[in-house]
Amino acid sequence: MYIIVVGGGKVGYYLAKTLLNDGYEVLLIEKNPRKVAVYAERFGSVVMEGDGAELTTLETAGAARANVIVAVTGEDEDNLVICQTAKRLFNVPRTIARVNNPKNESIFRKLGIDVSVSSTNLILNIIEQEIPQRSLVHLMTIKHGQMAIVEATVEEGSPVVGKSLADLTFPPNVVISAVIREDSLILPKGETILQPDDEVIALSNKESEEGLRQMLTGA
Amino acid sequence: MKILILGCGRVGARLAQLMEADGHKVSVIDSDPDALNRLPETFKGQTTLGTGIDTDVLKAAGIEGANAFAAVTNFDNTNIMACQIAKEIFGVPNVLARIYDPGRESLYQELGLETVCPTTLVSTTVRDIIMENAK
Repeated sequence: MYIIVVGGGKVGYYLAKTLLNDGYEVLLIEKNPRKVAVYAERFGSVVMEGDGAELTTLETAGAARANVIVAVTGEDEDNLVICQTAKRLFNVPRTIARVNNPKNESIFRKLGIDVSVSSTNLILNIIEQEIPQRSLVHLMTIKHGQMAIVEATVEEGSPVVGKSLADLTFPPNVVISAVIREDSLILPKGETILQPDDEVIALSNKESEEGLRQMLTGA
Repeated sequence: MKILILGCGRVGARLAQLMEADGHKVSVIDSDPDALNRLPETFKGQTTLGTGIDTDVLKAAGIEGANAFAAVTNFDNTNIMACQIAKEIFGVPNVLARIYDPGRESLYQELGLETVCPTTLVSTTVRDIIMENAK
């Protein structure tokens, strides 16, 4: 698998390094010649100087045979153009863009980027996980944030306590994926009866999250 | 009509004055406060400080209800992204991007963006003048 990483900031540098260690064929494209010189000393010939939004740079990089292109420069507009160029002109099957403004995540989806990653949103999710309150925690968002794998703890007074999954009507587009009880995993079945302090992991549509949260936490 | 201009360099400031002189409602966005000073004191339109690829900034500048959007910053990618947001997200009917790189211009033209490439315009004009003078 050939992966082109565009943007040699900290994200791009460590991403390229990790992918190389994992045995992938990687090319890191960076504009700044000084950075390129430093990286070339560490990585060898897998670093290329150039503007990843330029057609000629992508051509020289062999974008036409790349399986994935990851644009992680500090500028959202550059990441967008890099991914669109890779997709339209070089038919790169998978384009991944880093997004700095979290609002651009949905814009990138509308403009045809396969995957966009917002570090702001990622950190926000981690903060949410660390704050102990009756909330639904995002373990992972998928499909550009339209769906998420979420976790919630069943509270004492919740209406679901003592009921079996088969007896409960969950909001639409919710799949109860796992129940964790005292550190052991329970594969949820119709007859599984929920107890207080059960951690429920579910796949949910964005629209159904609030309903699911209310059911499980009773708040 | 109501026109939003992104980028208040020489071109943006001049375009704003031209459009205003023709009686249109003009709103100008730039991330540099000094750039907005390029507009003459007589300029009556709206000015907004901020980046043109931020939907909040575009909304503040009045993109909802704008009839036209021209992106003329010095950065091709900013102009490209801003125009796509104006067109696809806010449904502005008349959208134009200045793109210096001719290769990038042809790609985005194929993708349905209306573009102006000063590099191509100036080089062909200069060639034509030289050839005309050589006759």
